[in-house]
Amino acid sequence: MKVLVAIKRVIDAYVKVRVKSDGSGVETQNVKMSMNPFCEIAVEEAVRMKEAGIASEVVVVSCGQQNSQETIRTALAMGADRGILVQSDAELQPLAIAKLLKGVVEKEQPELVLMGKQAVDNDFNQTGQMLSALLDWSQATFASKIEKSDGKLTVTREIDGGLETIEVALPAVVTADLRLNEPRYASLPNIMKAKKKPIDTMSAEDLGVDPSPRLSVVKVSEPPARQGGAKVGSVAELVEKLKNEAKVI
Amino acid sequence: MSDYRAPIDEMRFVLQEIAGLADIATLPGYEEATPDLVDAILEEAGKLAAEELAPLNQPGDIAGSQLENGVVRTPDGFAAAYRHYVDGGWNALPFDKDHGGQGLPWSLAVAVQEMWNAANMSFALCPLLNQGAVELLQAHGSPEQKERYLAKMISGQWSGTMNLTEPQAGSDVGAARTRAEPDGDRWRIRGQKIYITYGEHDMSENVIHMVLARTPDAPVGTKGLSLFLVPKLLPDAEGNPAERNDLRCVSLEHKLGIKASPTCVMSFGDSEGAIGFLIGEENRGMEYMFTMMNNARLSVGIQGVAIAERAYQQALSYARDRLQGREMGSRDPDSVPIIRHPDVRRMLMTMRAQTEAARALAYFTTASLDRAKADPDPEVRRHQSVDVLELLTPVVKAWCTDIGCEVASIGIQIHGGMGFIEETGAAQHYRDARITPIYEGTNGIQALDLIARKIMRHEGKPALRLLEEVRATQAKVGQAKGAAFSALRRGLDEAADAFEQATGWLMETFPERPQEAAAGATPYLRLTGTLAGGWLLARGALAAAEQIDDPDSDTAFLEAKIATARFYADSILPEAVAAAAAAIRGSASTLALEEDAL
Repeated sequence: MKVLVAIKRVIDAYVKVRVKSDGSGVETQNVKMSMNPFCEIAVEEAVRMKEAGIASEVVVVSCGQQNSQETIRTALAMGADRGILVQSDAELQPLAIAKLLKGVVEKEQPELVLMGKQAVDNDFNQTGQMLSALLDWSQATFASKIEKSDGKLTVTREIDGGLETIEVALPAVVTADLRLNEPRYASLPNIMKAKKKPIDTMSAEDLGVDPSPRLSVVKVSEPPARQGGAKVGSVAELVEKLKNEAKVI
Repeated sequence: MSDYRAPIDEMRFVLQEIAGLADIATLPGYEEATPDLVDAILEEAGKLAAEELAPLNQPGDIAGSQLENGVVRTPDGFAAAYRHYVDGGWNALPFDKDHGGQGLPWSLAVAVQEMWNAANMSFALCPLLNQGAVELLQAHGSPEQKERYLAKMISGQWSGTMNLTEPQAGSDVGAARTRAEPDGDRWRIRGQKIYITYGEHDMSENVIHMVLARTPDAPVGTKGLSLFLVPKLLPDAEGNPAERNDLRCVSLEHKLGIKASPTCVMSFGDSEGAIGFLIGEENRGMEYMFTMMNNARLSVGIQGVAIAERAYQQALSYARDRLQGREMGSRDPDSVPIIRHPDVRRMLMTMRAQTEAARALAYFTTASLDRAKADPDPEVRRHQSVDVLELLTPVVKAWCTDIGCEVASIGIQIHGGMGFIEETGAAQHYRDARITPIYEGTNGIQALDLIARKIMRHEGKPALRLLEEVRATQAKVGQAKGAAFSALRRGLDEAADAFEQATGWLMETFPERPQEAAAGATPYLRLTGTLAGGWLLARGALAAAEQIDDPDSDTAFLEAKIATARFYADSILPEAVAAAAAAIRGSASTLALEEDAL
């Protein structure tokens, strides 16, 4: 089974994100970037499938600027076989990415597309679902366990009420949740080997996709700073404050 | 306890701009060390250090290694972390490719080594000692010995140790009494060795001891010491660890710091005699030891840098969080984070500038090791070896470890009373750092090595070459614009003049009054380090000023490099002048008071 893993380059999870002074977005220049943690989990799952003999080839794809190549290299160092960069300097929104991925899927013909359930930059949680709709493939989101048996996947999903186990027919799009696995550290020999693995580059035009944004950002602002708390003397005072100051009851 | 994040931007900058890694990557054998690979390696090693090793640092200090019935148990998590480290192939990074090494430059290896040590120095000592054992074997082992041991030691599956010290033989190794008697084609070793780092432990499958011992009728002193390879478990015909050798750990030392690292008293040959294999020729053990000592000294210098970095990160984070007192000159009644107080800022800048200077010198010196090894031009190899590597190795060892202790001490000061309390973890860095000026040749011995072997034996030429290099940079600093460069110009002028005078004093005094020269050796080394650190920070500032106009550059980072160099020039370089005075004027007065009157 050939597995395609879609990954995204985002601001590193440890970085304190700053809003640009003009409110047009967040500051990304000279900010440490890394692979989206959920994407790392998807890559890890694909590599484990390959190690278990379930996957025959693991191809990683990223849509974005030239420097997304570094993120693809990270996935190659974890054990993916080759990479594809769909290069675009334009802002890419979930629908555009889903369309680009559809184009890659049609070229590559994988049986399974693995991706993170969402990216920690915008927390959209849309791309996997959109891709499955565009391809008219089965989908299994928020996966915490994936097992394959002849032509089908059994996927355990993390849902609000607990865990749900579903069967999906292949081909399918599966999005990874936090507890699917714990991604490995790339080993030094694999980092060195990753340098020699191929990365193909293509553009949105090559895939016949118009990636222009359909949503426009009105304004980005910092969340309000936390106000200091206050102690109340009695229950009566608390109720009074909730009623008249906070106006929640 | 604080987090540790590897300072990757800073490491990359020092590697590229000061150590010249791009040039090194053009030398035969090092072609793989391209900037993108270096970045990927630093990133991934940084993750392992931050996420696996750093969290074990404080628990390891509290639990310590424990000895029970001859078995040493390292603190919880150490063995698993070591497995990750070995499985990740990290141990093989700098070693030659013949037996599974990756053959990457040492200059890259030290940056990675800094991460292990900053994250967890007690842990990092195991690979550090193994590194020395591997180098000994690579340089002097027989083909059969290399075949049998090297691959497993390079991977880290087996770890190596250094057995030099005995109770009566510390700095004077020549007083060692451990005996070796021939027994067919091997030897029987009997004696006791102390201070054996990771002499026994549960992280690796086997422990390979490198032991200095005396064969029958060997001459007295260091010239009668031979080097033996003594495995804890003797390999069978297939090379797998099998029969237990006659050696054991009889006790663990109780120490001020590095408590998770087991410091063993090793007893060899309590019954039939431990089986050992002679490395190279008889009576040349000490000479062989020197082939790995230079590297080991650089590695200990890196520990100084590493602890300084960790202490700085911890103090900085505390200074940003701790609210105390009002801002000077402000009417605002609210408490401010202590980082707003000028004296706290002074301490943080001192920590930062000293750490960056020490890192610059350590990486720069290690780069000369790569150049001395791989440059095709024999004259370049000789120059790099004698004028840079040999000259600066004792400076890196002593000056960087002194800085490690000083910076860790300031780190406690910034924490105030909380720094004196163990829970914050600031005190651990200070306790861990304190061994580094002692082991691998005390800093006093490094100072003697610097003046005698590295300068006087070459008629002062390496010191003068260093001065020439400094003066060449001064000329460029003179043309650069801005307050930072005028500060650097002044600071470097004064420090370089002081170094020139002190070197003149050394050349005059050493032949006639060697005792006096020796009394001034430590301040002279301090002077050399302070000047060299300032010189390299100036080179970094020049490179930063050149890059800053590039729209893609990280302006904030580059501005900080320049500002830090300026602080160093204003507040630390003047110490070079004082150190020169202490060497020149203080050497006679050091010895003026009679021994009995002390």
